[in-house]
Amino acid sequence: MKIMLVDDSRTIRNIQKNVLKQLGYEDIVDAEDGVIALRLFNEQVPDLMIIDWNMPNMDGITLIRKIREINKTVPMIMCTTEAEKSRVLEAIKAGVNNYIVKPFTAESLNEKLTQTLAKTNAAAGA
Amino acid sequence: MDVRYINAFVRSISNTYETMCQLPVSVGKPQIKANEGPGTDVSGVIGFSGDAAGCVVLHFSFDVASKLATRFAGIDITPEHPDFADAIGELANMVAGGAKAQFDGLNISISLPNVIVGENHSVSASKVAPRIVIPCDTEVGQFHVEIGMEIGKPKTLAAAATQGAAS
Repeated sequence: MKIMLVDDSRTIRNIQKNVLKQLGYEDIVDAEDGVIALRLFNEQVPDLMIIDWNMPNMDGITLIRKIREINKTVPMIMCTTEAEKSRVLEAIKAGVNNYIVKPFTAESLNEKLTQTLAKTNAAAGA
Repeated sequence: MDVRYINAFVRSISNTYETMCQLPVSVGKPQIKANEGPGTDVSGVIGFSGDAAGCVVLHFSFDVASKLATRFAGIDITPEHPDFADAIGELANMVAGGAKAQFDGLNISISLPNVIVGENHSVSASKVAPRIVIPCDTEVGQFHVEIGMEIGKPKTLAAAATQGAAS
């Protein structure tokens, strides 16, 4: 399974990478903004994406909208400090499958990842 | 500044450092900043705009910033490490975002983080709003969080301007 991490903080991407590797996910690509993420997406569609909201060049919500225009199924999890209900609703409307509020623990990342994959697999099997 | 907003920062500081650094924070009594005081070595700055205007600045010594960044990233991060500013900026981002989420009914945007690194520097802020300093103590050392913010003012001013234009 290929997972793409999109966050302008390299520290956050490294933390997420370490958690994912401990969970057994080895095929991980990362991008520091939406522009790079979209280019990587067009080269090879990942199986899941974890996306920050506030980034330079192209923010996460714009990236999600652009991806949903071309791909309706790839699971996307927003991982952000934007915690207000209005923001969560905006992200869901844009097409995210799940939402993690920073600060996050390894357990919460694992939980949301598992939830998202389970729902995606169930939908694919239905 | 309303105590509800100060308390939002207090809760967010504790939550951020306990969750990301496994570090309990003893938060002291918030005080109005009377003068510039001694300088600092590392500052993480986040700007607020919209229904709140101003910024929050997290101030650290090199030693404390390095220890916090190391706990956060899970690798040894000295001030010379390429990810040092990134780690400090992301912690500031989480503190600001966590507080913002508790400002009910306000539409606020936060900036991307800026980090200033330099021995004994000071950060000047708007003199319009009083600046509140929140002292924080941890087992790796002390730091402080400075908030200079006007809340609700832009909307009030905009409404007044519209009213004035209409009358």
